[in-house]
Amino acid sequence: MITAVARLGGLVVAGLEDMGRLAVFTGRVAAALVLPPARLRAFVDEVYKLGVLSLVIIGVSGFAVGMVLGLQGYNTLVRFGATNSLGAVVGLSLIRELGPVLTALLATGRAGSATAAEIGTMVATEQLDGLRMMAVDPVHLVVMPRAAAMVVVMPLLTALFVVMGLAGGYVVGVHLMGVDAGAYMGSLENAVDFRDDVLGCGLKAVVFGVLVGLVATFRGYTSAPTSAGVSTATTTTVVVASVSILIVDYFITALWGV
Amino acid sequence: MGRTSGRDLAVGCFVLMGLAAIAYLSVSIGGLGNGGPTGLTLVANFDEIGGLKPRAAVVVSGVKVGQVESITLGEDYRARVTLNVDPKLALPVDSTASIMTSGVLGDRYVSLQLGGETETLANGDVIDFTESAVVLERVLGKIVHNLGSGSGGGNDAKDDEPKEGAE
Repeated sequence: MITAVARLGGLVVAGLEDMGRLAVFTGRVAAALVLPPARLRAFVDEVYKLGVLSLVIIGVSGFAVGMVLGLQGYNTLVRFGATNSLGAVVGLSLIRELGPVLTALLATGRAGSATAAEIGTMVATEQLDGLRMMAVDPVHLVVMPRAAAMVVVMPLLTALFVVMGLAGGYVVGVHLMGVDAGAYMGSLENAVDFRDDVLGCGLKAVVFGVLVGLVATFRGYTSAPTSAGVSTATTTTVVVASVSILIVDYFITALWGV
Repeated sequence: MGRTSGRDLAVGCFVLMGLAAIAYLSVSIGGLGNGGPTGLTLVANFDEIGGLKPRAAVVVSGVKVGQVESITLGEDYRARVTLNVDPKLALPVDSTASIMTSGVLGDRYVSLQLGGETETLANGDVIDFTESAVVLERVLGKIVHNLGSGSGGGNDAKDDEPKEGAE
């Protein structure tokens, strides 16, 4: 009994320590962001890896999600004779919720896990220690460009996901189900407001970018220097980032109403 | 070097595509920069606006020509609705603004019926002739009331039918 309580206490302390370390790590990344040199070359390479290479999965997923939304929305709206509002249904769901959240989850699986595994391998093969020997801060050279690239890439990927989704909904709604093209675009443009919806979508995307970027690099950076450590870092990245995206999403929606 | 510059090109294209998507969502879908000072601003006072909301459509003969910019309560306790319409429109001064509903439970919108005057409405003008929204509850209430008084005080709708048949 007492051992069980002690184990629970140990878990809580370990969790708190972990959060404290993440906070310190966040501070170091933020400091690296403003301290010279700017590491532009590494940053552009990371945008290529995290962004350009995620384009296909984001585009295909966005289109598929839009098609499903179009179909489900049509099947529900047709009962009320309100199929002219299909554009609003597809657009608002994509822009307010599904676009930022699904993009962040996909980016976690596609890019976040890769980042954690890459940094974890650098730890395991003592490359980061080598950098420290040369008086190069690994947070500055390795971590900061990856985290910054994730923050920049996420809103761009989200916007592309949403546009592909709107196209998918259009194809199903207008071409397959015969909703009027003008009604689809009209209800879409009427329902979506720049300040309420599009800005909120951008805010979510940036917050998720920060979240995924920090969690992925932190898990990789603090991984145990073994092959098991690398795999644990990758798994925890996906689990922690996905769960926190969904929880943070609720709070952004509840607090700012977007 | 060739590999690096190819990669840079891909990154550049990716960023441009992303920015284009953001611009499309903001301007075309989100309506950023719509109306504003370029549109023709008109004011209409209504006794009852029902569920009219800002950004609702303003139509002429069913064609969308603008949107509702703001709704405030005027000093005379009537709803003061500011409309933003296409500045190319030449609307006669005796035009009528009515609040309509698309479908039975659909969105409210403002419909403008053109008048016959030759003088046209200018920026900031007030539309004098307005027709308020039809509130379903009030109409139902009136029907129930009329049925009730018509059949001599009975206000149960079920009782009305046989009595009316007897008259």
